[in-house]
Amino acid sequence: MKVEFQLNGKPVSAEVPARTTLADCLRHHLQNTGTHVGCEHGVCGACTVIVDGAAVRSCLMLAVQADGARVTTVEGLAKGDELSELQKAFRRHHALQCGFCTPGMLTTAHALLTEEPGADKERIREVLSGNLCRCTGYVPIVEAVYEARSAYGKAK
Amino acid sequence: MSFVGQPMERIEDLRLLRGRGQYVDDLHEPGALYAVLLRSNVAHGKIVSIDAAKARAMPGVRAVYTADEVAPNAKVPTIPLRLAPLPQLVPYEQPVIAQGEVRYVGEPVAVVVADTQAQAEDALDAIEVNIEPLDAVVDCHAGALAIKYTASKGDAASLADCFYTRKEKFSVQRHTAVCMEPRGLLAKWDGARTKLTVSGAAKVPFATRRMLAKNMDLPEDCIDMIEPDVGGGFGVRGEFYPEDFLIPFAARKLGRPVKWTEDRRENLLASNHSREMECELEIGCAKDGTIVALRGTAWVDMGAYMRANGSIPPRNIAQFMSGPYRIPNVRIESHALLTNKTPVGTYRGPGRFEADFFRERLFDIAARDLGFDPVEFRRRNLPLPSEMPYPLPTIQLPEKKEELDSGDYAKALEQCLQEFNWKEKLQLQGKLIDGRYHGIAVGCFIEGGAAGPRENARIVLDDDGGVSVFVGSANVGQGLETVMAQIGADALGIDFAKVRIFHGSTTHLKEGFGAFHSRSVVMGGSAVLDAAKNLKAAMKSGGRSAEGTFANHHHTYAYGAAAAHVAVDPRTGHVQLVDYTMVEDIGRVINPLTAQGQAVGAVVQGLGGVFLEHLQYDEDGQFLTASLADYLMPLASDFPNIRAFIRGESPSPHNPLGAKGGGEGGIVPVGGVVANAVAAALAPLGVVPRDLPLTPPRVWQLINSGRRAP
Amino acid sequence: MKFAPFEYAAPSTLEDAVRLLGKENAKALAGGQSLLPTMAFRLATPALLVDLARIPGLDRIELDAAGATLGARVRWRDIETDGRLARAQPLLAAAIAHVAHYQIRNRGTVGGSLAHADPAAEMPGVAVVCDALVQVIGPNGRRDIEAGKFFTGALSTALAQDELIVGVRLPAWPATRRWGFEEFARRRGDFAMAGALVFYDDADGKATNAHVGVIGACTRPHRVAQAEAALNGRPIDDSTIQAAARAAERAIDPPSDLHASAEYRRSLFGTLLERALARARKLS
Repeated sequence: MKVEFQLNGKPVSAEVPARTTLADCLRHHLQNTGTHVGCEHGVCGACTVIVDGAAVRSCLMLAVQADGARVTTVEGLAKGDELSELQKAFRRHHALQCGFCTPGMLTTAHALLTEEPGADKERIREVLSGNLCRCTGYVPIVEAVYEARSAYGKAK
Repeated sequence: MSFVGQPMERIEDLRLLRGRGQYVDDLHEPGALYAVLLRSNVAHGKIVSIDAAKARAMPGVRAVYTADEVAPNAKVPTIPLRLAPLPQLVPYEQPVIAQGEVRYVGEPVAVVVADTQAQAEDALDAIEVNIEPLDAVVDCHAGALAIKYTASKGDAASLADCFYTRKEKFSVQRHTAVCMEPRGLLAKWDGARTKLTVSGAAKVPFATRRMLAKNMDLPEDCIDMIEPDVGGGFGVRGEFYPEDFLIPFAARKLGRPVKWTEDRRENLLASNHSREMECELEIGCAKDGTIVALRGTAWVDMGAYMRANGSIPPRNIAQFMSGPYRIPNVRIESHALLTNKTPVGTYRGPGRFEADFFRERLFDIAARDLGFDPVEFRRRNLPLPSEMPYPLPTIQLPEKKEELDSGDYAKALEQCLQEFNWKEKLQLQGKLIDGRYHGIAVGCFIEGGAAGPRENARIVLDDDGGVSVFVGSANVGQGLETVMAQIGADALGIDFAKVRIFHGSTTHLKEGFGAFHSRSVVMGGSAVLDAAKNLKAAMKSGGRSAEGTFANHHHTYAYGAAAAHVAVDPRTGHVQLVDYTMVEDIGRVINPLTAQGQAVGAVVQGLGGVFLEHLQYDEDGQFLTASLADYLMPLASDFPNIRAFIRGESPSPHNPLGAKGGGEGGIVPVGGVVANAVAAALAPLGVVPRDLPLTPPRVWQLINSGRRAP
Repeated sequence: MKFAPFEYAAPSTLEDAVRLLGKENAKALAGGQSLLPTMAFRLATPALLVDLARIPGLDRIELDAAGATLGARVRWRDIETDGRLARAQPLLAAAIAHVAHYQIRNRGTVGGSLAHADPAAEMPGVAVVCDALVQVIGPNGRRDIEAGKFFTGALSTALAQDELIVGVRLPAWPATRRWGFEEFARRRGDFAMAGALVFYDDADGKATNAHVGVIGACTRPHRVAQAEAALNGRPIDDSTIQAAARAAERAIDPPSDLHASAEYRRSLFGTLLERALARARKLS
């Protein structure tokens, strides 16, 4: 089946079997491998992308369901070569080690702060509880997201 | 300017934060085929027949391989032990594919190779496998003894003469690392050049190459192992697994690139498990609380085979039972027992996490019996700096002597108590506040590091004024590039930004040893220092590159203390971790940011083992926890209050950096400290936790059986 | 863990959807947050997925004097952000706050949850306790099924293969009604090991019209008549709460499984019901 959508602001299209998840479509058909697949059953959150403004698990969405949508992945967060404020905060706080869960953490946090730039630490922890990280113990991730709030508050 | 000791932001982050990491499944090789494995669905059985004719005829299917194709009319190769190999363990080595018999649910039975992964999976169902079930051993006490290790020191029979003795039985449940990136491999065969290239190597690429070369009957030079970005290791990833043979085998056989990406179900089923052991432990003390002797027996469930690093958990439980303490007489016997479950290997702090749980629980029980403050009990049994190096028990087979290298252990304990605010929190001990019982506990630990025999590095001056540093250490996500660049920049007196780090892959150096046993900074870093020294010398005569090596047989011992405060809801059995504080001295700190990250991350991983994670089997050896909805790991909302304080006050005397390993210490004390806090909280109810995990139903059960007791 | 192959259709009318669902081994797809994980493990291998995304109207939340109607494709996120529901259906709003995680909440739907019928899911529990009607459409037209009769067991419902949930109708909620919701899960967002839903109306200081429901602890969500009887006609004080909780513990029949024993679930449900009632009593 043919799917067409906006990926990080650019139109893309792919010919995929119906059974293709959005995650596999992004990674293997469009070779945007920033989005990671960690469980394929909707638990780990590594594959989180933003579809029409909402953070979703791209392993629990068919590629055909994204037809006509606006999709943002981790590749779409930085401005050119410059890291976004959220990404910079992750780096400053050492909020990633192996980096595998990081794309999902970033997209989730980006969606959250875009919607709720005033999110407190409890809300940040609540929202990030849908994303598994095995390296950091989450403490620095929460700190980084909390610190990045100011960038989103100003943007509004 | 010195870069070592600075909280340098990581080099790795620039690509990883932008989604530009290159993990093995990110590699797209034109013409690649995809492999999936058919795994045994019975725990123990005789393979009567495998009929793959239908599967071979399915759309996109290129091949189906079984033991018959891997080794027609011969025994299939087995996976040798990488660490502490012994002739008597050879019979328990795992064949790279089941031949004649299956011994655990998840054991590879066939490999399907197809144009797409989905097509390969479609074909799995079409393979007709007839397995005649045999009795499955699920309880290790009914399993065959692969080997018995004994660690001893002094005369443990002196227990008989002690003023006080107590014997207790404890257990830790089966759990494991569950790296966020599942394993994966991409193998390419170039027949014209007799060259096999395998991407996806991790942890120990050189050792994996050695084993692969032997099993594929190729010279090592014909194999390149490429280490891409790696999504977590924790001891489990990167050892030689059956797939490390089967995927290159398929690529060679088909003459096409073959890719395999472990799915999460397989990851839980097929990657090394760890930690499952029971222990009976007896302590003997003098009247003044001095520990005289420690004697015990451990039973370690090894699963179905002795895997590449399977010998380590049963060895470590014996050798490190006494931990950081001054105990003159020790004898621990450890039985490595075979069952029909997934084979066992190392997982961060192997044997040490378990030992600390057993020992620290027994210490708190003993201190309570003796009427001693648990802090004072520990304080008086820690070796003094003047007693360093302090001997640990000697283990065999093979014999290995060990000694603690340096440090002021009591000082770390005091620092931890202070940061934790022990005195004030002591008021809460055992108190019921708003329906929850509060408890606190503290414990001490050591972390071994710096496994030998050596590590190598090479530095090359580049034309752009920068340098390329090649090191045999591997990156499993711990930030190797950054810390090596810090060490290299200082050693050469150049800017951090001018140093490029290349690691792991067998293409960089003639020999390397990788990332395990908290060794990368100590061994790899010291090798980089040596290469830098040699380069400076070479440059005087116009040289532009130099090699370096660091050989070492002395292990480093980072050490510290950890304290926990819990609040237990007796109605639900839920334990809230109110505070967790740890202090660890890791010798020379290269990067405080990454060192801190290792510590906090390890603590939370350990908390998973205490409260959540449990790989479970039924009585027939069926695996029950094959999804992340059943195997529960810590979430961001579970343990918000973790504090780690990294010190660098006691450099190791055994390496030029003065560094000690820092990757595993955080996880080691978690079980003992947290279980002791729960025990302290529930002491008024007569609860004595002896087993992990402390799940709500289990804690509830302990409380309710405790209440019924007289 | 790739899905087995299937055909995909995205009809734009309910009638077409029902017609397609009449085909062999067809399955409706809304948010997919329960169905797709099941398909990933190949525990479900539908031949045809009928995506409801293009059917207009199914995403509406309608409030009137007689109650609230949630369309089948209403997402958890929609309930969370609809300012009216917190007042109009407070038990619904409180229970839904516990559903899964952020990303799942952005796609998971009311209809999907009802059709999947997980014993621990919040929406089926709310529907049962609130005497909701599940609105379905099939080849013979529309019908309403009482929620109490809709859930027939773990992951099974009274829905026929070629029927489709279009919405759920919750009766109006008096502003003075007292209610409580408590659930206990291993981690945030996990399916609950037990959950208690309760409401009652106040008649001169005594409870009337008490509704008590259980999720998580049993194989299907259901009301607990014995606990309701212990509440009706009595002032909600400590002793009534204790009596109701103990009656509830005796009444339910929880299974033992990987995660917990029957005894634990029984006790847990009693504890949660106590806490839910204590909360209800405190409402002003």
